[in-house]
Amino acid sequence: MNSILLYTIISLSTLGLVAAIILYFVAQKFKVFEDPKIDLVEESLPSANCGGCGFPGCRNFAEACVKADSLADLYCPVGGNETMANVAGILGLEAVEADPQVAVIRCSGSFEHRPRTNTYDGAQNCTIVHNLYTGDTDCPYGCLGLGECVDACDFDAMYMDEKTGLPVIIDDNCVACGACVEACPRDIIELRKRNKKDRKIFVSCVNEDKGGIAKRYCSVTCTGCTKCFKVCPFDAITMNNNLAFIDSEKCKLCRKCVVECPTNAIHEINFPPRRVKEEAKVETKTSSTEQISTKKTDN
Amino acid sequence: MLRSFPKGGVHPPENKFSAGSKITVLDLPKTINVPLSQHLGVPAAAQVKRGDLVKTGQLIAEHKGFVSGNIHSPVTGKVVKLDKSLDSSGYKRNSITIEAEADKWMDEIDTNSSLIKEFTYTGKEIIDKTLAGGIVGMGGATFPTHVKMSVPRGKKAEVVILNGVECEPYLTSDHRLMLEKGEEILVGLRLIMKALNVTKGIIGIENNKPDALSKLTQIASQYPEISVIPLKVKYPQGGEKQLIKALTGREVPSGGLPIDVGAVVQNVGTAFAVYEAVQKNKPLIERVVTVTGKGVKQPSNFLVRIGTPVNQLIEAAGGIPEGTGKIINGGPMMGKALNSVDVPVMKGTSGILLIPEGESQREAVDPCIRCAKCISVCPMGLEPYLLMTLTEKAMFDRAENERTMDCIECGSCSYICPANRPLLDYIRLGKFRVGQIIRSRK
Repeated sequence: MNSILLYTIISLSTLGLVAAIILYFVAQKFKVFEDPKIDLVEESLPSANCGGCGFPGCRNFAEACVKADSLADLYCPVGGNETMANVAGILGLEAVEADPQVAVIRCSGSFEHRPRTNTYDGAQNCTIVHNLYTGDTDCPYGCLGLGECVDACDFDAMYMDEKTGLPVIIDDNCVACGACVEACPRDIIELRKRNKKDRKIFVSCVNEDKGGIAKRYCSVTCTGCTKCFKVCPFDAITMNNNLAFIDSEKCKLCRKCVVECPTNAIHEINFPPRRVKEEAKVETKTSSTEQISTKKTDN
Repeated sequence: MLRSFPKGGVHPPENKFSAGSKITVLDLPKTINVPLSQHLGVPAAAQVKRGDLVKTGQLIAEHKGFVSGNIHSPVTGKVVKLDKSLDSSGYKRNSITIEAEADKWMDEIDTNSSLIKEFTYTGKEIIDKTLAGGIVGMGGATFPTHVKMSVPRGKKAEVVILNGVECEPYLTSDHRLMLEKGEEILVGLRLIMKALNVTKGIIGIENNKPDALSKLTQIASQYPEISVIPLKVKYPQGGEKQLIKALTGREVPSGGLPIDVGAVVQNVGTAFAVYEAVQKNKPLIERVVTVTGKGVKQPSNFLVRIGTPVNQLIEAAGGIPEGTGKIINGGPMMGKALNSVDVPVMKGTSGILLIPEGESQREAVDPCIRCAKCISVCPMGLEPYLLMTLTEKAMFDRAENERTMDCIECGSCSYICPANRPLLDYIRLGKFRVGQIIRSRK
């Protein structure tokens, strides 16, 4: 009886030992060397795997950082400058600073401002509609309101406003990963420099039609009247294809263009109230963001 | 047992209300809007300036590259605008607007309606005349015909198939054309056969058109090389791959073209256009358009000039009936809803269909119950429910492996789905995305 027990223990132990030896040599033979820095860098990243850096995930970005000679083209928008400084510290490279960015929706064609001219009841997907026709309004450039950008956002930084039919960006959550920019088939969303106190001034329109035509289907369109272009003291505004564009790098947030715009297509967000001047034409401005802390008040 | 394609297919109610009404010539419109992209491929390049006087049939835009088509003036008048104007999707496309003053044809065009049966042209001459006439596939896909007539090196055409199936419900333009221009269509077919150096021609007609069948069979008895074959009524028999399978038993391989199995398929309307271009020097400036629908006063078949506003056609058929929910360019299965009735008739416009409100809306979408009806009706042997899910989940690699690019967009899956799922919408999106991926690989 005892001998059976003994033989069993001996044979199994031998088997285990032999297997261990084989496995040891196999592991040596097929060992993959991995730079331990990759793990270190990966740990310092936000692990959001959002793809905002242009790589499929944080691990791939970490590998690219370790391989690279300089961090000039590599930037994690989610972690920002702090994370990149950590990464640079680990790798002994120089960190490249970038201005933090935030996404803005460049369309304010809400139900109120841009009437619906037909009913779309097909698949609820922006790209499908975009490939099919102009959408349920007559504007061939504006937001289709089916929320592909919201679906693409991994950071809960967007939601659809049911009152306006437009997406809204929650500035505090937005990490500028660019997923929404990629998702939008009409290129309405833009990443802009994040200013102090999240102040923003931007042309909330991407319509390239001539003013008269655009006005027919949307009351808050940029008509390309060039008034803002003329008033801007910093040359931050450029006119292209009947459309004004404010360069967020050059813009000094002076707000002169906002007053000038006849269709309220230029939005100012998160600014303190204006001091009321005598002849200032003041109208209530509605904006795509409900979070506006300030609006020009009607008087 | 009548022939048909073996896999899948549906049989929607035919509703061919306009089958009995003769082709009537519509009055010339006052202004005509000719888009520069009426064919698959590169848009044509305008050859006229603002203020130019053009004659009917004069070349106004020349083809750019091989896969492209010429465009001719459908009226005599003055070019008033060379600008972007709305197309049927609501987007702006380059087009030429001509104010019609008269109808003076170019001198070389034979406007006499007499039949010219004999021809002595070589294949090359026929292809050149087809290219010059701006002939494109009239079935709806508008693929330039001269491209189809030029067989790529290493391939050989063995049979020309003429598509008289008209499997789309409601539409009757091909049916009427076969009845009224049968002789011309047969000459057109012989011209195409000559251009391709082929000695066998088959005309496939569904047996819901017995009059057209007997008429063409009788005419074809003059030519031993041409046979007319009746087909069982089944949608989408007019798809070229399905038609080849039904008539010859050959199957076009996945990702391949009909020429891979030695077949070239042309629509009967195209054959008629080829006849006119070669025998009469008449470019493609008019076509037969069916205007029909359940509430339409006089469902009709009109011979209209390209560029005529759709509105004028609808007026001629008795106007838009009350309670119309949707106006469709094409048939109910593959057609596309129009955003505006001011858009022009194009070379590929085979019908204008007015759908009453009760039928125009889509039903509420329910979850897929895995009933596999979509699989059983797919004429290409695909799994539509799977292709839709893969697209929704952005799994495009797998969608490509599941042959999403083989989809012919016939819409049988969306038609049959008991849960009203927008299968075709998503498959189209999947094809668009997979197409992008394939192009980026090159």
